[in-house]
Amino acid sequence: MSVDPLHVPDVTEPYQPRSGRRGTGFLTEPLRLGGTPSATVGPYLAIGLTWADGIWAAEEGTPGGVWIRGRVFDGAEQLVPDAMIETWQADPDGGFPSPEDPRGAASYPGFRGYARAATVEPPGEFGFFTLKPGRVPDGEGGLQAPHLDVSLFARGLLDRVVARIYFADEAEANAEDVVLRSLPDDAARQTLIATPTEDGYHLDFYLQGDRETVFFAV
Amino acid sequence: MTGTPSASGLHLPQYLREAAELRTPVGYADYKSTGLRAPLRTPVDLPHRLTEVTGPVLGGDRVRPEDADLTLRNGGEAVGQRILVYGRVLDSGGRPVPDALVEVWQANAGGRYRHVVDTFPAPLDPHFDGLGRVMTDSLGRYEFMTIKPGAYPWGNHHNAWRPAHIHFSLFGQAFPQRLVTQMYFPDDPLFGQDPIFNAIPAAARHRAISRYDLERTQDNWALAFEWNIVLRGREQTPFETEDDGDVA
Ligand SMILES: [Fe+3]
Repeated sequence: MSVDPLHVPDVTEPYQPRSGRRGTGFLTEPLRLGGTPSATVGPYLAIGLTWADGIWAAEEGTPGGVWIRGRVFDGAEQLVPDAMIETWQADPDGGFPSPEDPRGAASYPGFRGYARAATVEPPGEFGFFTLKPGRVPDGEGGLQAPHLDVSLFARGLLDRVVARIYFADEAEANAEDVVLRSLPDDAARQTLIATPTEDGYHLDFYLQGDRETVFFAV
Repeated sequence: MTGTPSASGLHLPQYLREAAELRTPVGYADYKSTGLRAPLRTPVDLPHRLTEVTGPVLGGDRVRPEDADLTLRNGGEAVGQRILVYGRVLDSGGRPVPDALVEVWQANAGGRYRHVVDTFPAPLDPHFDGLGRVMTDSLGRYEFMTIKPGAYPWGNHHNAWRPAHIHFSLFGQAFPQRLVTQMYFPDDPLFGQDPIFNAIPAAARHRAISRYDLERTQDNWALAFEWNIVLRGREQTPFETEDDGDVA
């Protein structure tokens, strides 16, 4: 079968300029720029990411403050001594010190909402001082259980991994929490629930293995 | 509509994710330390609710003007090729990210970090600590003066060398925008054998490489490299779409 190179079918559709909308020349889709790819913090993160006040999500001595401590384990159940954990959370009244909160930025005395702690001293352990968060709306007519959003960074992780910290002494709220309820089973939920200690709470993170922490895609 | 969670009638913006084939995976076999560290289970989707659409305000009070010049530390000048590194922090919708904290750290000109774990026998520079901090301005612009970091060996595989790079850590305005990454320099001959660089999908690798900029190069003083950083942007809300037609 031969093709006649000069046989061009008649155009039946009007010419579409790049907008896809005839004649306007304007973009009809929002502009999208390619996102910058993530990379590992590497072994030397302490140079760039150490803050003297990193562990104080609430100022030292703030009444009602708690220490949240824990460890990070790798797939061989070895302590990870060069990880960094960051947390972000609501204040005890459920407000966020952020202008991005559509309810308005909250301001709670001595409270920053953000902590950054390395697992350096003692090796593999992190600890930060904060206030237990209040409950915040879940957007579906209910309230979320008190929780912190967590980012974990380390050599050997090419992107951060994201988890949450919940509290074992909030069983009733936890049972209603939309995120915990979305998890497949109780074993999965337990990987996110911190247990009470003398001065606060404790939760270990497992990067791999039978007890691998439930991590989230945000 | 998008099935977005909302707080008592408030529409919460959902931050767009880069397509999976353009994102750096958490683990990458050729980068050996990911083997026991990168989680193996599929992460659970977390729709963006109030905790996710907000983020810390880490104001300029923790950044001093001299933090933007890494070449002058401890009362003297760092050794190496002076470079100006500058660019804009934008979101994927093209909007500038203003008043955002940018933290950088890097090796010295010889490829050595001022860190106890770094035992590479290259000299330490008494006038270089490798730490910089800047805030973006109202247009999302940042810039700092530093020296070009050297390449350095690491134990990942035989004769493994990291291409010259500067580590960057950025906060946007909301939790999903948090980014830790590395900036590279154009045409580095070490790209081919570096698994940290090659873990980035091929189609996105150019986004990690700065551009040599003759125009901003300072006569008799410093070379200049431009690197724009794109954080995740929000989905366009139905409200915004309608607005586009009404305003003007
Ligand atoms: Fe490095």
